[in-house]
Amino acid sequence: MPGFFDALSYEFMRNAVLAGLLAAVLCGVVGPFVVVKRLAFLSDGLSHAAFGGMGACFYLHLDPLLGAMAVALFCAVALGLVDTETIRSYDALIGVFWAVGLAVGIVFVYKTPGYAPNLMTYLFGNILLVSRHDLGVLLGLAVGVFLILGLFWKGIVAVAFDEVFARVQGVPVRFLMTLLLTMIALTVVLLIQVVGIILVVALLTIPPLIGLMLLNDLRGVLAVSTAVGVTITLGGLGLSYAWDLPSGPAIILLGAFLLFAVYAGRKLRGGALRSLPALRRE
Amino acid sequence: MAERPLIEARRITFGYGAETVLEDVTLAIDPGDFLAIIGPNGGGKTTLVKVLLGLLRPWSGEVIWNAPIRRGRMGYVPQFSTFDKGFPLRVSEVVLMGRMDRRRLLLPYTRQDRAAVAAVLERLGLTALAREHVREISGGQLQRVLIARAVVAEPEILFLDEPTASIDAESRDALTGLLEELNRRIPVVVITHDVTGLAPLVRRIACVNRRLVCHEGAELDPHTLEDAYGGPVELVTHGAVSGVAQRILHRH
Repeated sequence: MPGFFDALSYEFMRNAVLAGLLAAVLCGVVGPFVVVKRLAFLSDGLSHAAFGGMGACFYLHLDPLLGAMAVALFCAVALGLVDTETIRSYDALIGVFWAVGLAVGIVFVYKTPGYAPNLMTYLFGNILLVSRHDLGVLLGLAVGVFLILGLFWKGIVAVAFDEVFARVQGVPVRFLMTLLLTMIALTVVLLIQVVGIILVVALLTIPPLIGLMLLNDLRGVLAVSTAVGVTITLGGLGLSYAWDLPSGPAIILLGAFLLFAVYAGRKLRGGALRSLPALRRE
Repeated sequence: MAERPLIEARRITFGYGAETVLEDVTLAIDPGDFLAIIGPNGGGKTTLVKVLLGLLRPWSGEVIWNAPIRRGRMGYVPQFSTFDKGFPLRVSEVVLMGRMDRRRLLLPYTRQDRAAVAAVLERLGLTALAREHVREISGGQLQRVLIARAVVAEPEILFLDEPTASIDAESRDALTGLLEELNRRIPVVVITHDVTGLAPLVRRIACVNRRLVCHEGAELDPHTLEDAYGGPVELVTHGAVSGVAQRILHRH
């Protein structure tokens, strides 16, 4: 694939590769929590809820990104602090945020004098149009996510695994759940505007699913998930350049192919790779 | 002078939605207690334990802890796992969570923590399963894993919800021995339909069916039990251990 490496002499292509790698790493470590906590709908819900904040910021002549981040934080805190005995379903609440955010955004855009922008374009970023500023924001987010996971790993895993037991143990469940949701929400909202919602959802789900099929321990799943994300991002960009395909779909379809291949491999082998002795050792 | 109760639940009323599940329940747990909570399904036994643990806030009434039990030192073994079995964790990692402590939340697990887990796993015959995924073990094995997770925390009080429901006779013997040993130091509260299995250990029985039907180890007569279970119950007394009657309860 010499053509692809030649293309890296262009800044937009280098930025696209770096953004893709950062997105793959971020989704690789956050995605497994999204999958095991069954929060895939969160990414879709948040992306539309963020529309409300962007609309408000557009009306007030502020950076729409600020509005999106504010909404993401609000939704994460609200979901983390909500009384789950009263609100029985996260999914339903995310659906409420989805609709209300979109409604608020539409109202603000409608009330903004002059040309009404199509804010939906914010939801479909283009990885080939990533700026250095975008890369800086993603790098900052990645550092933040790794710091949070490094510091609160024990508690976040406990809360993600068994909230009831964590509460009995005296673990600050609501704080940690809010932290986890904030991490997911910021990752989703910031990545959406860089690489687009479709690629974010794909990177949050496909690599973790492959990791969960291959390994039994969470750290291993995070590592495999990140490696798969990086592989399909680089491979997809390479295919996109070589065969003149749109980059996002190329990454996603390569990921889907890999997912199917691993699934089929597991079914044919009649067991997981995790039963191989080499992978059973600590 | 009578020993001061460790926990006092005073006039607890609680429900879900509009439905009242517990009504005016007053119950005390003494240090060194081995209390069996019995009653029909849906009678509020698990809810009562959750209220005692602070997992549910009562509509009215209060739970008073007369001795300060450190957070993280309340052992709880739920009847059903409260987690997704697909979560990528091994048995040893699940049990290790019992060693989590709010004060050491930011610190990794220590060598002592891992040694304590290994000891409890061995005690409960789970050593061979230590590296298995929680999804890959049987219901009875999972129940023992949950017991191990609660016990490894070195609890100062232990609540178990139907701990013998799906384990075999051999495992039950191991559990009985463990509970007997723990009860020398800490109070144990067990929700059970199987009073006979734990009879040598049980000091008091509380029957809960929305209300506290009987308590304080009073002799159970068929009328009280029918009241508790909301239907005919056979009561068989066959001897006494340490002054505590052994009873077999059969629902007809």
